[in-house]
Amino acid sequence: MRIPLSALIGLTLTGIFLFTAVFAQLIAPYPIDSTVGGVWEGPSAKYWLGTDTIGRDILSRLIYGAQVTIAVALASSILAFSLGAFLGFLAAVKGGWVDQLLSRAVDLVMAIPSLIVALVFLTVVERNLFYLILIMGILDSTRVFRLSRAVAADIAVMDYVEAAKLRGEKGTWVIFREILPNALSPLVAEFGLRFIFAVLFISTLSFLGLGIGPPLTDWGGMVKENKDGLIYGKAAALVPAAAIAALAISVNLVADWILTRTSSLKGGRGG
Amino acid sequence: MHPVLILVVQRLALGLLLLLGVSAVVFLGVEALPGDTAEAILGQSATPQALENLREKLGLNEPALTRYFSWLGGVLTGDLGVALTNGADIATSIGQRLGNTLFLAGCAAAISVPLAILLGLVAARYAGKWPDKVISGITLTTISLPEFVAAYFVIFLLTQVFPIFQPVAMVFPGMTFWAKLNAVALPVIVLVLVVLAHMMRMTRAAILNVMQSAYIETAELKGLSPMTVIWRHAFPNAIAPVVSVVMLNLAYLVVGVVVVEVVFGYNALGQYLVDHVSKRDLPVVQAVGLIFAAVYIFLNMLADVIGILANPRLRHPK
Repeated sequence: MRIPLSALIGLTLTGIFLFTAVFAQLIAPYPIDSTVGGVWEGPSAKYWLGTDTIGRDILSRLIYGAQVTIAVALASSILAFSLGAFLGFLAAVKGGWVDQLLSRAVDLVMAIPSLIVALVFLTVVERNLFYLILIMGILDSTRVFRLSRAVAADIAVMDYVEAAKLRGEKGTWVIFREILPNALSPLVAEFGLRFIFAVLFISTLSFLGLGIGPPLTDWGGMVKENKDGLIYGKAAALVPAAAIAALAISVNLVADWILTRTSSLKGGRGG
Repeated sequence: MHPVLILVVQRLALGLLLLLGVSAVVFLGVEALPGDTAEAILGQSATPQALENLREKLGLNEPALTRYFSWLGGVLTGDLGVALTNGADIATSIGQRLGNTLFLAGCAAAISVPLAILLGLVAARYAGKWPDKVISGITLTTISLPEFVAAYFVIFLLTQVFPIFQPVAMVFPGMTFWAKLNAVALPVIVLVLVVLAHMMRMTRAAILNVMQSAYIETAELKGLSPMTVIWRHAFPNAIAPVVSVVMLNLAYLVVGVVVVEVVFGYNALGQYLVDHVSKRDLPVVQAVGLIFAAVYIFLNMLADVIGILANPRLRHPK
């Protein structure tokens, strides 16, 4: 199996990001919250990426930020997936009023931009990690629902599903043992896309000052902290901005590759 | 009745129904959240008396449905209530800012739509060759960027590296049209960049899809030049998908505008919304959220209707 260059770059970068996130405490040269240098110092041997708005090491904060950004995005995409895929399969298998009810509810939520719904809810709830993940996960599960319902609807008419139903298997058995294994490959690529969406979502919320706050930090919040330096020519805010872009692009490359691979397996477009 | 008319009326009715549902999500969804609204707004250290006062003010002691219908009645008659934070009339505050938001989004749309269609046509014409690869490569990068990230790169590039623009966008009543246009140049560039990628890629895909039809091959075999084939044969048939792509992306602009306004400190509806989310001013957030949702639904509905009208098979049924 040959891995194309773009996918290789994507895999490597994604791997580096994940490694950084998991071992942040061991890698980071300075603590997350201590002022170690002057304000907005340029990159140097001591502070590889310079210092931020109150003299903290940017590289260290970037590393800790990777941990929070990736963990929150991962948690919310896992929630979106479990919820969306289960309900999507359920709608496809059951059909009838269950399908109608779920599909119309999803139509309704998708009729409003996710950011707007999130803003309305964040006005009322306490802004902590739990609610952030919950809100993002539920909003994003609507997209997973549509995809998995479509995929499962194709599978649900297969003979082996019919056979399982005739054997008298229960709904959950049909969903987890017949449909899930066959629907897995398109869903894996979709997981990558949902993860990127969650990264961008949480970054945007934090940038707006409504996401993750001190003592934790994430990349969107770092952009917010350092944005005022830009008009004095201090590029500190561009470092976390570039990290967000790099993570999004590398996961995108991997997801793209998986998508091409699975569709060529099914005899779709080759290459 | 003409079948197209029936379809269009159906879409309009569906849009209105959706809007009603959305108002319920915006209002009753908040109710369904765990915890006490008054306590969330005031924080846990609030005195019982303060909580009681706020509940009274928000009418939280009444049943949720009663409040929903009185709120909905207010919205329909243009009465959006008053802000919790400063007691200002919400409808007046929105009125002042809505114009600014529409101006910004309008400028971005006026530039991005023709540009995206043009680039989409060029990319489809040279599909797989270098102009396509360059355009697709650049748009693939910008598609992965959230609005605020794109914004700060543009700001740094155009105010520091090449000092052409001012990094803030202030618009005052009484400014001339040109002065306003100059003031919003930078945010417009950012918005164009963000929407352009989606719009261009979907235009390209729509045209390439049409290019596989038999009549395109006939046109090519007649010896028409590739650009004529695209312009005279492929594009008219791709109009329906392209128009709906454009509308969907204008709807996407609705969200982009919120973030971009915050980045540039542009005094308009998005900034107003985010400010009041931080201040936990629920009535303002619900009103503005509903307006953004309504614009979004309206554009999606328009996309559907234009799609129906542009499809000759639906216009002339057998």
